[in-house]
Amino acid sequence: MRGLERIIRDHPFFAGLDDAFCQLVYGCAKNVRFAEGDYLFREGEAANRLYLLRQGRVALETKTPGRGTLIFRTLNTGDLVGLSWLVPPYRWAYDARALESVRAIAMDAACLRQKCEEDHDLGYDVMKRVVPILIERLHGTQIQLLDVYGDPV
Amino acid sequence: MAIQSDKLALAHDPMTPRVMRVLKRCHDGPQTVTLDIEPGDSAPFQPGQFNMLSVFGVGEVPISLSGAPTDHDRLRHTIRAVGPVSTALTRLSKGECLGLRGPFGNGWPMQQAEGHDVVLVAGGLGLAPLRPAIYQLLSERERYGRITLLHGTRSPADILFHREIMAWRRHRNIDIEVTVDHAPPDWRGHVGVVTRLISSVPFETGNTLAFVCGPEVMMRFAIAALKDAGLGDETIYLSMERNMKCAVGFCGHCQFGPVFVCRDGPVFRHDRLGGLLNLKEI
Repeated sequence: MRGLERIIRDHPFFAGLDDAFCQLVYGCAKNVRFAEGDYLFREGEAANRLYLLRQGRVALETKTPGRGTLIFRTLNTGDLVGLSWLVPPYRWAYDARALESVRAIAMDAACLRQKCEEDHDLGYDVMKRVVPILIERLHGTQIQLLDVYGDPV
Repeated sequence: MAIQSDKLALAHDPMTPRVMRVLKRCHDGPQTVTLDIEPGDSAPFQPGQFNMLSVFGVGEVPISLSGAPTDHDRLRHTIRAVGPVSTALTRLSKGECLGLRGPFGNGWPMQQAEGHDVVLVAGGLGLAPLRPAIYQLLSERERYGRITLLHGTRSPADILFHREIMAWRRHRNIDIEVTVDHAPPDWRGHVGVVTRLISSVPFETGNTLAFVCGPEVMMRFAIAALKDAGLGDETIYLSMERNMKCAVGFCGHCQFGPVFVCRDGPVFRHDRLGGLLNLKEI
């Protein structure tokens, strides 16, 4: 098994991935590294990649008038960075900055979308992996928006 | 003699506040103050119990004890200014008087936790009622397994007992993770909800007890995450907050389904509350 293929199989996002699907996904993947302070992507840019963190921590942040830059979520080893590649207009809605040295699998989003379109079984499998992450982040955002710690316990 | 015995009766009347003085006032975050109060003849307290504190002419509120149960020289309470009484309490200075009744309620199940791993999930000011439990766990460290504290709060500036958390991290045998809802760019810790940290804790299912305290929404999500991680209802304890007035189960203000939070709680095993936490009507 090739190194990158093993890395893909070992990543929690692709845990239990079917052999045939792994071959398809492999063609869209490459290994990348970011130094501390590097941006994986910036708000407004085309969401043409997704990143699966192998090591390191990434901050998702946005700029707010009068308050400067705010981190609203950090992602760690094993996490998926970026969801905007999934649906049009494929544009990042926030910045992603490496808080430390980061190693990741970068997936070409157009390539992955194309393969999912051509093979709906793969598409469904990928969706089943992405949607729980989406829901978990939605629930987290729900609690953050409620500002529950602003009130007495 | 009759007057003397009347005084004695009053001293032990749970409805009669005793007049105490503030020994020390310490700022502990935005709108949050920790008061050390002279203990007088107060009975020893259990981690998780609360006192009724009153400012004369303003009113009375329940406030959890946040100090060490073994510290008999002071009663420590951490208070956030949110209403007229709590605001008045946070404005008290050293030497000023306040009324105190208590301690009331039950405590965290320290004895049941012996021999087990303990996960403490604290949201915001919910760390205050858990701190006495942490003191006890650390002072009797050999009696417990792995101890993990997960603390979620609004921002780095809102982290309660920040210096103490740093000290625990450095010197004590306890795993601590802190997360905030939002942070400035120089923050190097977690950002996100506290429930997200739960999945990163290596639970030994069947040998772990969880103590949860915080805003109710956060507790509901925390309980769900703990159960997803394999903990049973009978191993999850939470501290409830309701409109406690008399503190002894007379008035019924804090009724929560079949229980009175002041008398039967504030700490409840989750299976005792069943689905009540999800009922909007109570």
